Amino acid sequence: MQMFSLEALRTSRMARRNLFYGVLFASPWLLGIILFTAYPLVASLYYSFTEYTVVNPVKKFVGLSNYTNLILKDDVFHRSLYNSVYFALFSIPLGIIVGVGLAMMLNMKIKGQPVYRTIYFLPVLIPDVAMAILWIWVFNAQFGIVNTLLWQLFGINGPGWLASPVWSKPTVILMSLWTVGQGVVIYLAALQDVPRSLYDAAEVDGANALQKTRHVTLPMITPVIFFNLIMGMIGSLQYFTIAHVITGGDGRPGQSLFFYAMYLYRNAFAFFKMGMASAQAWILFAVVLIATMLVFRTSARWVYYGGEEAR
Amino acid sequence: MTEKAMQQAIVQPRRQAATLLRFWRRYQAVIREVLSHSVLVPLAIIYMIPFFWMVSTSLKPDTQIFLWPPVWIPKPFMWSNYPGAISFIPFWAYIKNTLVIAFFAIVGVLFSCPPVAYSFSRIPWAGRNTLFMMTIATMMLPYQVTMIPLFILFSRLGWVGGYFPLIVPSFFGGAFYIFLLRQFFMTIPQELTDAARIDGASEMRIYTQIMMPLTRPALATIVVFEFLARWRDFLGPLIYLNEPKKYTISLGLQMFRLEHGTEWALLMACSIVLTTPVVLLYFFVQRTFIQGITLTGLKGV
Repeated sequence: MQMFSLEALRTSRMARRNLFYGVLFASPWLLGIILFTAYPLVASLYYSFTEYTVVNPVKKFVGLSNYTNLILKDDVFHRSLYNSVYFALFSIPLGIIVGVGLAMMLNMKIKGQPVYRTIYFLPVLIPDVAMAILWIWVFNAQFGIVNTLLWQLFGINGPGWLASPVWSKPTVILMSLWTVGQGVVIYLAALQDVPRSLYDAAEVDGANALQKTRHVTLPMITPVIFFNLIMGMIGSLQYFTIAHVITGGDGRPGQSLFFYAMYLYRNAFAFFKMGMASAQAWILFAVVLIATMLVFRTSARWVYYGGEEAR
Repeated sequence: MTEKAMQQAIVQPRRQAATLLRFWRRYQAVIREVLSHSVLVPLAIIYMIPFFWMVSTSLKPDTQIFLWPPVWIPKPFMWSNYPGAISFIPFWAYIKNTLVIAFFAIVGVLFSCPPVAYSFSRIPWAGRNTLFMMTIATMMLPYQVTMIPLFILFSRLGWVGGYFPLIVPSFFGGAFYIFLLRQFFMTIPQELTDAARIDGASEMRIYTQIMMPLTRPALATIVVFEFLARWRDFLGPLIYLNEPKKYTISLGLQMFRLEHGTEWALLMACSIVLTTPVVLLYFFVQRTFIQGITLTGLKGV
């Protein structure tokens, strides 16, 4: 009996010691979460129910009217949401397809793989502002290199690209494909992690290259694709910097490049409508949550965790 | 037929088949290489064209920029565009500002993130998993949700216009780096820390003398990532900096474009000067870079 209670005393003492040190070592982050995540989270929710300009510190409670005004009456809100969803809807799947495709080609033990990998990765390093400026020049309707080559090589009169309300979003989506190299690096590593034995087994069963890709390669990298899909979705709905630099903040031409984050920024820092901007932020949060949950729900059907060790 | 002749009749075709198979395999390999290169090379060229165009424009005299058909290789190489671009805007000031911010931010994350990762991976305490789940959750939170109250908080503290809002949060950890370090710590054998515990070492000692020396590659990755993040950060400086003399390079370049949007040669020269350090950094620490990206991309699963 004595041994039993000594044992219990020891483990509870150890548990307390562990708790002390665990919290101690985690304390910077604990503080960080409270100060820079939890507090602002609650505060912005509160602001979203008020009319609040920072100049006048009085926060006038207005209930849900920020939300109803935005969702039901604000055309600019609808436009900006449409633009961001459009961008996310096209750039993410394209990015994954191109990224995985490139990675699969690079994985085929061809000569010069590191050189290709570097070439495709370099664009990722360019600072966003520099990239925006570069693309403005590259897609310049009269003197840009794209229209020049289209004319000289194919005799096509290129469209206005970033200056055309119809072409501006597709142009931006194309631009996002230039930085697909970051995904390629990740997919390449994932592809190299696929056990050789699986391919051998497939070959024994008489699989050709296409079948091997469809039944061995792709299923084995679905976890990585899944992760990139989620992070890409969340990131693309917050798309801001490049479009802001290209259009000077107003999403011209014709608000075709006025993305959700730009409208939010403008409401907060140009018009100081903090209440409305906070409501916008929470609507965005809701959209992201719903989209993420949808992807999670369907993931069981197509994500294959066979290669994972038990956690 | 004799025994030998019968054997020959079987072995010969088999040998021929084996040779044929070898040729077919090699032929397939060649086809694969040719096919992949025929896609990869044009694509690589397309990827590099903007770079070439950027360099080419930066070296053109003003008269050659708006020419049709466009000039690929400028006739005199206007090297003077580079010093011109650098003196057009307070370039060195911007770089200095950016480096200052980057330096303190790096110090901040190096100081605050490893202990947290250690706590997540090596100390079993109640509530640890909950906190870790919350850490992952914060990575998926759109920054807009916290952006406004943080701005108001910093403005009440009187920090808006200075560098504190950009630096101080780094001293309180960052979800991404904590996650990366935690995954990395989990690959260090438990035996090492267990042995040290049995020998009576305190947590502090285990942390500083065993875990940290082994963590150098992950720390290097964090330094590189944070530097890159600060070099290209636009929104942070946009919100909190309002005096041009305190601007960072992204903000400075944006201002340059707003004021002199048609000076394409100078704009390109500036962009190249801003991109080159990062590209050079990449070539020096390529392995660290790729390792870091794959560590988060793969282990994040």
